[in-house]
Amino acid sequence: MLAFLTRRLATILPTLLFVTILIFGLQQLLPGDAAKVLAGEDQDPTVVEYLRKKMHLDEPFPVRYAYWLGGVLRGDLGESLRMQKPVTALIAEKLPVTIELAALAIVIALAIGIPAGIVSAIAKGTWWDYAANAVALWGLSTPNFWLGIMLILLFSVQLGWLPASGYVSPFEDLKANLAAMIMPAFVLGNAIAAVLMRHTRSAMLQVMSSDYVRTARAKGLDERVVILKHGLRNALTPIITLGALELGTLLSGAVLTEQVFTIPGFGKLIVDAVFNRDYAVVQGVVLFTATAYILLNLLADIAYFLVNPRLRDGYARA
Amino acid sequence: MATLALDVLPREASPGRRALRRLRKRHAALFGLCVVVFFVAIAIFAPWIAPYDPLGTSWSAIRKAPSAAHWFGTDELGRDVLSRVIYGARASLLAGVVSVSIALSLGVPIGLIAGYAGRWPDALISRMTDAMLATPFLILAIALAAFLGPSLTNAMIAIGISATPIFIRLTRAQVLAVKVEDYVEAARAVGNPHWRVAVRHILPNVVPPLIVQATLAIAAAVIAEASLSFLGLGQQPPAPSWGSMLNTAKNYVEHAPWMAVWPGASIFVLVLSFNLLGDGMRDALDPRHA
Repeated sequence: MLAFLTRRLATILPTLLFVTILIFGLQQLLPGDAAKVLAGEDQDPTVVEYLRKKMHLDEPFPVRYAYWLGGVLRGDLGESLRMQKPVTALIAEKLPVTIELAALAIVIALAIGIPAGIVSAIAKGTWWDYAANAVALWGLSTPNFWLGIMLILLFSVQLGWLPASGYVSPFEDLKANLAAMIMPAFVLGNAIAAVLMRHTRSAMLQVMSSDYVRTARAKGLDERVVILKHGLRNALTPIITLGALELGTLLSGAVLTEQVFTIPGFGKLIVDAVFNRDYAVVQGVVLFTATAYILLNLLADIAYFLVNPRLRDGYARA
Repeated sequence: MATLALDVLPREASPGRRALRRLRKRHAALFGLCVVVFFVAIAIFAPWIAPYDPLGTSWSAIRKAPSAAHWFGTDELGRDVLSRVIYGARASLLAGVVSVSIALSLGVPIGLIAGYAGRWPDALISRMTDAMLATPFLILAIALAAFLGPSLTNAMIAIGISATPIFIRLTRAQVLAVKVEDYVEAARAVGNPHWRVAVRHILPNVVPPLIVQATLAIAAAVIAEASLSFLGLGQQPPAPSWGSMLNTAKNYVEHAPWMAVWPGASIFVLVLSFNLLGDGMRDALDPRHA
């Protein structure tokens, strides 16, 4: 385990370092004098001078980067010029909303993607298989912001069943919270369900043709037990690992979904920051997202390592 | 005599021809190709096909439902939705093709260098690629578009740069597989310089998976452009773009739902077609997938 972790951390640390260079380097793209751009439309000379000093804009790029990285390592992602708040505080404020949305989306994606993948693999070449593949292709090709608008049209405008937008905390009113979150979560989970379905289908096809499944059938076990206990349990490991790669889709999708349904989460924070030219917030959110993505993938790798005896034994022998 | 004997032997079709033959058998891929061609045609011939000026406002025709005069209805400024959808195809296809061209022209040479040179250039490029891949595609594109400024050109640059690491990684992996082949060894043994071995002997053999990836990447780029325009970071009003049309339409869902239906349906059909074509090309070019 230690050898595995050391090897993974050895690749993660340089990657994280490059992520910070990439994100800090974005500032270089600002046209003209960065201090003037950051100061906004008024370009008050006092503010411009304050920013130049605060952000060390007179210093060369590597020095400025070192100052910024030092702050990041101390947990200081800078300050929002518009909201006069530390970026970390803003992220901490908005993150729980997006985590709830993402968690509900994952539940929906698992509930649709895995059964559809199993059915598609078990009934390969039948209409069930074609239907599941068509649903997957539909999920991959539908822009989620359009799906969101269409769902609002159907469930809010036509039927009047669900609220079109807004957010209520689950601690205030759980029922209202779920009513507000169900459509955005479905929109976000839809594309991931399609990917999960494809992964489940290919993993199940591989597993169901293996010797131990044939043995289980030969023993006269019920087909449901063979599929769920012998088939799915073994197919789940690659599904979870590949599914973890979809966290990027989840985070990107959250930006658009929160915009459509006016949910005050992480995605809305970055979009509002872009329009307010609040660049410290943009950088902070992107850095946080990339770091979270890397760490969540590391967790998925560790989970894969722990549940896969072949990988574990391989490291033990090495 | 030898020439005669060779003439009698059955002539084997080239790999390209075989792939084309396999592609022709895939009806879904051919359907995708036809739809893509249809959209390209309407984008090129938009001025002759569109019934109205896509920017022409009419105060007497604000938010009119679909009718014989306006098949897709009109928008909040009385502009014809059908004409805007037709012109919007230009922005989507342009963004798809240009951004993938940017990604290819950056990703393929960098991936070729990483895979062929190995050692520290490979390690450096690979870590940089990992860093870019760690930032979700759309979030990186949003950040780039934010710093570059909102416009269709900057959106295309942002999408192109964000899509580059996939091509670097794919090219590198293909080069690593091809560079140990006997014919590459032979090309090196006869004294070809490195650049010639890489460009003339390795590059042509890594092209097929890149074509497949490029087709699928166009689908992703079309959605990305629509997403950026939807957020206000792509095509700027009043120029028509499917994403920006949806951005406006979301405010009128209750009273003018047709404003949202057609631009979204167009994105869906175009992206679906590129996905069908890409899947079919992957099966045709890589028989292991079929």
